[in-house]
Amino acid sequence: MLNEKNIFGFPLPRIDGPLKTTGTAPYAAEYHDPGMLFGHAFYATIASGRIVSIDTAKAEAYPGVVKVYTHKNRPDTASSDDAWKDEVAVPGHPLRPLENDRILYDGQPIALVIAESFEAARDAADLIQVAYEADEPHTNIEVEKAKSYVPPEARKEAFLPTDPRGDAEGAYEAAPFKIDAEYVQEGEHHNPMELFGTTVIRGEDGYLTVHDKTQGSQNSHDYVCGIFKLKPETVRVVNAYVGGAFGSGLRPKHQLFFAVMASLDLKRSVRVEMSRREMFYLTWRPATVQRMQVAADAEGRLMSVRHHAVQATSLYEDYQENVVNWSGLAYKCDNVKLSYELAKTTLSTPGDMRAPGAATGFLALESAIDELAYKVGMDPLEFRVKNFVTYDQNDDLKLTSKALDACYREGAKRFGWSKRSQEPGSMRDGHDLVGWGTATGVWEATLSPAEAKVRLFPDGKITVMAAASDIGTGTYTILAQIAAQNLGQTADRVSVLIGDSTMPKTAVEGGSWTAASSGSAVQAGCLEVKKTLLSLAQKMENSPLAGAEVEDLAIRDNRLVLDKNDQMGLAIADILGSNGMSSVEGHGKIAPDEEQAKEWVSYTHSAIFVEVKIDAELGVPRVTKIVSAIAAGKIINPKTARSQILGGVVMGLGMAMQEEGMIDHRTGRIMNHNLAEYHIPAHADVQDIEVIFVEEEDDKASPIGVKGLGEIGIVGVGAAVANAIFHATGTRHRHFPITIDKIMEGLPAR
Amino acid sequence: MRHPGGRRVRHFSYTRAETLGHAVAALAANPQARVLAGGTNLIDLMKYDVEHPGAIVDINRLPLRDIEELPNGGLRIGALVSNSAVAYDPRVAERYPLLASAILAGASPQLRNAATTGGNLLQRTRCYYFYDPATPCNKREPGSGCGAIGGVNRIHAILGASEHCIAVHPSDMCVALAALSATVEVEGPDGRRDIPFTDFHRLPGDHPERDNTMHQGEIVTAIRLEGNHFAHHHSYLKLRDRLSYAFALISVAAALDVKDGQIVDMRVALGGVAHKPWRDTLAEAEFAGQPATRETFATVADRLLAGAQGQGDNDFKVPMAHKAIVRALSQAAAGTPQIQAEKHVR
Repeated sequence: MLNEKNIFGFPLPRIDGPLKTTGTAPYAAEYHDPGMLFGHAFYATIASGRIVSIDTAKAEAYPGVVKVYTHKNRPDTASSDDAWKDEVAVPGHPLRPLENDRILYDGQPIALVIAESFEAARDAADLIQVAYEADEPHTNIEVEKAKSYVPPEARKEAFLPTDPRGDAEGAYEAAPFKIDAEYVQEGEHHNPMELFGTTVIRGEDGYLTVHDKTQGSQNSHDYVCGIFKLKPETVRVVNAYVGGAFGSGLRPKHQLFFAVMASLDLKRSVRVEMSRREMFYLTWRPATVQRMQVAADAEGRLMSVRHHAVQATSLYEDYQENVVNWSGLAYKCDNVKLSYELAKTTLSTPGDMRAPGAATGFLALESAIDELAYKVGMDPLEFRVKNFVTYDQNDDLKLTSKALDACYREGAKRFGWSKRSQEPGSMRDGHDLVGWGTATGVWEATLSPAEAKVRLFPDGKITVMAAASDIGTGTYTILAQIAAQNLGQTADRVSVLIGDSTMPKTAVEGGSWTAASSGSAVQAGCLEVKKTLLSLAQKMENSPLAGAEVEDLAIRDNRLVLDKNDQMGLAIADILGSNGMSSVEGHGKIAPDEEQAKEWVSYTHSAIFVEVKIDAELGVPRVTKIVSAIAAGKIINPKTARSQILGGVVMGLGMAMQEEGMIDHRTGRIMNHNLAEYHIPAHADVQDIEVIFVEEEDDKASPIGVKGLGEIGIVGVGAAVANAIFHATGTRHRHFPITIDKIMEGLPAR
Repeated sequence: MRHPGGRRVRHFSYTRAETLGHAVAALAANPQARVLAGGTNLIDLMKYDVEHPGAIVDINRLPLRDIEELPNGGLRIGALVSNSAVAYDPRVAERYPLLASAILAGASPQLRNAATTGGNLLQRTRCYYFYDPATPCNKREPGSGCGAIGGVNRIHAILGASEHCIAVHPSDMCVALAALSATVEVEGPDGRRDIPFTDFHRLPGDHPERDNTMHQGEIVTAIRLEGNHFAHHHSYLKLRDRLSYAFALISVAAALDVKDGQIVDMRVALGGVAHKPWRDTLAEAEFAGQPATRETFATVADRLLAGAQGQGDNDFKVPMAHKAIVRALSQAAAGTPQIQAEKHVR
């Protein structure tokens, strides 16, 4: 029966919520097999150089230890870089754990102890002795940027800086108002709640079921099969529940390699899990130095934009992000020059972290735009509205929708922006300086190839199957809603089976594309179900649906009926029964429309408004209010959607004010590698946050009208905070995170 | 070149002490033994491979969980009374609100429920290098050097540091206890003795591995507080890298006895600046009879920070401490102490 719970727009609580809140949703490192083995990795403590000797004799002799692996005895693996390149690999030579004696970064895994218990493996690992020959570490982006280079191979065509347009230098020189400033953002480290872990369960037939913490079960599957030359059907990768990932789980991690390697070699089930400290040796948001040169005319029209970024990467791979292209499309500007370079460091390869590139690029762009608005003497929101652009100037493409103007209006109204005074330091609340700042965010709305199977049973129960992952975003819930809506059921009738490499093909869960892609695939699968039902119904004698087209159909009360006259129809049980079937399945497939892409492009947009209160003497900062107005197409589930944006905003707060991997550049080692000293916002730092969705009707962004929400929430938050701090104190902070000491030193004289 | 390997394995013996004498004997018998109370710091350090106690002496069964009245209007707080129980005890809240406030400025409710009074005194520094066995640290491994000098030292000392160690004591509670001139009662093989709070922790000097002045085999049994005149004019002000759940960059425990706008008695203890809660009783005494004004407090700050020196990353702590001292004393003088549940500074 149709009711409001079916409909797009209903805030259905997560259907996997009870499992998670009762601790019964199993995570990768929680699966168990009697007699299984446990691995503990051992890591290099120099940043660069080689292993002169590694003595594992004491570890091997430790009670319970089964085997210790190093580069000297690692089992054979595929020899080509291609075999080691996963779906999200970047140009370069992917890390092959225990390949040889070379050390490329502090924290590189150089040994694995396998034992009968976790404790024995950990204790024995402490007995390994290594002698190194150390080279100089190179970890300071502000030093290494002197040797920056244009990456010889692009990670993606779309990440290449767009060609210059107009005359950015000339227009800059000629303009009356200009800003030339450098922005530095320190490296940030992924710390989702769930640590990386893999449990390999070896079946009696030798087949492996691999429970892996990943954002793509099929990516892990193909990676493992490629490296170990395994037949695809002998390995199944499961990631049924993922305790947060944010991009950290896009590329396979060494614990997956280790667990499978040991399982194959020892013919036993094996678990390898990381500790919190090890999370700091993985995928991280690279430290970046950005130079912005922007100029405007006396009316506040943007005349020139130049954006140059240098990002840290590793010795062995050229990780790249789209940092600078946003500066060519966020505002109307005819004179643009963008450039992007990398700098080698002795750190692990950086990786995608929520809104990779955009979170970083908008930190600089939206700070510089604010600075320029002040140079011109305009309200910073008015300046942004003045330079509103209705198409993608980088590639001269039309936008499928852009309700950013409504975000500006709605957000400003809710925030009370009209009460703002322009002069920095002019607003007060007791001891506190009050600052109001704004910023804009943009993220790409893309569709990735996806498939889904939908099976409908006579009693109206539905099963949805896809390899898609739910990394805590609400994928289970919205796929149930989409299937229910399309097949005239309630969401509680839908079983969603995802997170399994044997399910229909789905790309990794990233880029904010899962809702649009897997959601559209489920909708396509539902359509296939209806088509099959119709053809079966039309085979029946005296079928009331004889002349009907599939577009005319609806399902109500478990009957396939004419939408406009639901007296005309047949019970689904009868349709299936008369054809000798117990259920009907539809296989939905979705892919980006390449023809459409020649003319149209889709983005999500945001307008962020931030209030800070800063103690005028001590500099203690409090972010007391944030309004985030989001335009991201259709919102299927306002509850999970709001959670996504809240999470993004909080992560943006951390980027603005707290998150920073503190590296001892003498040794190249990250020193605050724990959550006591690597700070993220605590509850007290997260105060009033309001999320507004400005809905867009957009049938081009994706077949279901969805654009995706995983990333847009963080974009621009850092700059909005910095701009608010400027408004409060009159000091521009261009080095992120903006910590209390920096704010204190930038306070106006009393 | 660092050789991280070959460390001790994590095996230890476990003894549950049924009497104080039993606990003291067990501790005195084994220099590698450590006392387990709330475990909020020791267990972490064992997991981080920093502490390797050969023996654990669990004192949780000992009868040290009472807060007793003393004849002079003071209180005696048993070593096993939880931080929460101290902070929310009505007598503490009434007579020593500075102490209650300092406790509530630290950690999280869960940690305060588990952490004990004695354990709070004995918690170890949060220096990044102390916590990382792959790096040198004279406190963790005497003679290995100090990684923090010339390294990452945002959270380190500006007062009383040595060429061997620039770590700071991380406690909030202890800063208030130092300001209140508490007494630490310890029991050891040679019997019971009292240690004035300001003598309990020590500066690093040549022996940074020693955090305090207790002798081998001694156990903290109680904290004793005398009657005082600071219940109305006090404040605990903590500045940190986020609004909650972070160790102090700078904290100030300020207590004043003010009469007719003049200072009768003043106490100022600083946290986050040294290897021990920092107090200068000679300097405090110089201000008796002076007006309780911002100008006086700025002079107090000048005096207390006369020898302060940054280590690079933490240079900001010197001006930050100055501002914090003036503010905390101003709050105390006005009778408007910092309320820890309120995140704005009063």
